[in-house]
Amino acid sequence: MRKRVLPGFGISLGYALAYLGLIVLLPLAALAWKASGIGLHGLFRLLESPRTLAALKLSFGGALLAALLNVFIGLLVAWALVRYRFPGRRLLDALIDLPFALPTAVAGIALTALYAPNGWLGRWVVPMGIQVAYAPLGVLLAMVFVGFPFVVRTLQPVLQSLERDVEEAAESLGATRRQTFLRVILPLLVPTLLTGFALALARAVGEYGSVIFIAGNIPMRSEIAPLLIVQKLEEFNYAGAAALGVVMLAFSFILLLLIAVLQRWSRRWAERAA
Amino acid sequence: MRPAATEIPMTLVLDRLTRRFADFAALDDVSLQMAPGEFLALLGPSGSGKTTLLRILAGLDYPDGGVVMQGDQDFLAASARERNVGLVFQHYALFRHLTVRENVAFGLRVRPRRRRPSRAQIREQVERLLKRVQLEELGDRYPSQLSGGQRQRVALARALAVEPELLLLDEPFGALDAQVRITLRRWLRELHEELQLTTVFVTHDQEEALELADRIAVMNRGRIEQVGTPQAVYQDPATPFVCEFIGRTNRIPLARHAQGWGAGAWPLMTDPWDGRYRHGVAYVRPEHLTLSVPDGQPAWEARLRHVYLAGSVAHLDLYVGDIDLALEADVASEDLGRLGLQPGAVLRVAPNRLVAFPFDDDHGNRAVIRDRWTWRPPDRR
Repeated sequence: MRKRVLPGFGISLGYALAYLGLIVLLPLAALAWKASGIGLHGLFRLLESPRTLAALKLSFGGALLAALLNVFIGLLVAWALVRYRFPGRRLLDALIDLPFALPTAVAGIALTALYAPNGWLGRWVVPMGIQVAYAPLGVLLAMVFVGFPFVVRTLQPVLQSLERDVEEAAESLGATRRQTFLRVILPLLVPTLLTGFALALARAVGEYGSVIFIAGNIPMRSEIAPLLIVQKLEEFNYAGAAALGVVMLAFSFILLLLIAVLQRWSRRWAERAA
Repeated sequence: MRPAATEIPMTLVLDRLTRRFADFAALDDVSLQMAPGEFLALLGPSGSGKTTLLRILAGLDYPDGGVVMQGDQDFLAASARERNVGLVFQHYALFRHLTVRENVAFGLRVRPRRRRPSRAQIREQVERLLKRVQLEELGDRYPSQLSGGQRQRVALARALAVEPELLLLDEPFGALDAQVRITLRRWLRELHEELQLTTVFVTHDQEEALELADRIAVMNRGRIEQVGTPQAVYQDPATPFVCEFIGRTNRIPLARHAQGWGAGAWPLMTDPWDGRYRHGVAYVRPEHLTLSVPDGQPAWEARLRHVYLAGSVAHLDLYVGDIDLALEADVASEDLGRLGLQPGAVLRVAPNRLVAFPFDDDHGNRAVIRDRWTWRPPDRR
């Protein structure tokens, strides 16, 4: 083997693998082992249950939609924070991280209080026929809330590093502001937007605390998959809970893998010369 | 709007431009004219306002005062995208997510539909330009896969693709290494001769300006110190700044004596300023020092401290103890032996050409530019 110039390869890789094994892979393996208790047949029965399917659909559909919304809102907020100087900018910047710091249950309760039929916002929107609390829309709202900082925080440094003269070059070549944004700026942001999307998605799929308060947890309507897992645990159905967990894990893994492939393709221009 | 193709290109007239940033004047009363097809260099140190001037021409910045006219049209009224200028940046500013071909085609593809050439025409135009910048093999590469010199040629092709009336280059070779810089410089000059495109070129490298430009505008602190051909700017500098900034020069303090002006043992025997001033400064180029003045004629006794051989030319480091003055002189390397130029030798040295400015005694050592005086010995030419 060729001698490496950078020292510390052995120790850092060894540590990384040991850590990954202990903290990530071991619990996952235990989960899979536990899940195997119900067998393949049990797994299919679980997936055939309409209630499980509805919950999975809500969890993943809601998380995908929430991540997508976060990409748009996050891009807008990051753009405003990086590009413009305005009073209160630093305060706004500090507020972004709040969903990270807030205990999710608190966020859930706050959102519920706002949107409940007698809440500050709820009393206006409910009569208009918009049901937020105790409805799928509430689930979506909570998921957007917890995933929001990811897109902003991943995007900010990239927006900051965009070179001003590239935009000026586009303008001088006759591009309108719109063309400059769509043809020059956006393509450079796509890889980062995908990263933000993936993080927000992962967070929303796994979110429990804030969602269960606002969701109302009505079976077949506003019940998320993680809640079903907790219910199975309370019924001492450990194998069933583990199996559902494995299904969620598999779905998440496939989604994240797809995003990673898309991301690689979207930054093909950054590949170094062979 | 874009003028019709038949319109005769007009002289660009910049009149009394000023631009202030906070408490700093980037441009201070700048006036300049640009003839069609001219290659003009804006030369100056960083912070002299040359890039600000270029950005104003590109439509990326606007002056606080003054106008730019093209014929009877207000040049500044058009936005950057309507102005039809080609712009090349020091750090290339290529679109790194697009291939070389896509970069070059960008300006044509973003045109509104009715002015946009067909796909086939764009492809043809791009191929022609890639050929012109000698990159036809690399059309499918991304900018990250190219060398600095190649990237700058892509940037140039991209700017030329929109068929600009005015080409603006902002330190285009600033980020390249010396060898590539010289090759590209020659190549750019040839390209200009072929295209006859009015070109403004910003640089802080005087050698680059002298070699490339038809005319040079020397800028300092937001003002234009001198505009002229490279030869005029070099041979006949108008201000002390131009003397010191362009080429190498010796700065020699002058004083008025009873019998005339001079420095130490070397008197001038004349007073060009009729007794109005008492102090001044003379600038003498290293090649304008005579190193073997015959006895009987006025000269400094200078000791040769060092000889730096630089290929065909040798730089001499001289010291005149009499007036505590270090001088730099250039001689052809082959003359070193003939003149007996060994370190330690004592030479009789005198200028054979100089530019002098008197000092305004009321304002300390401020040179009076309008009283510039060029001198050559009476027996020559």
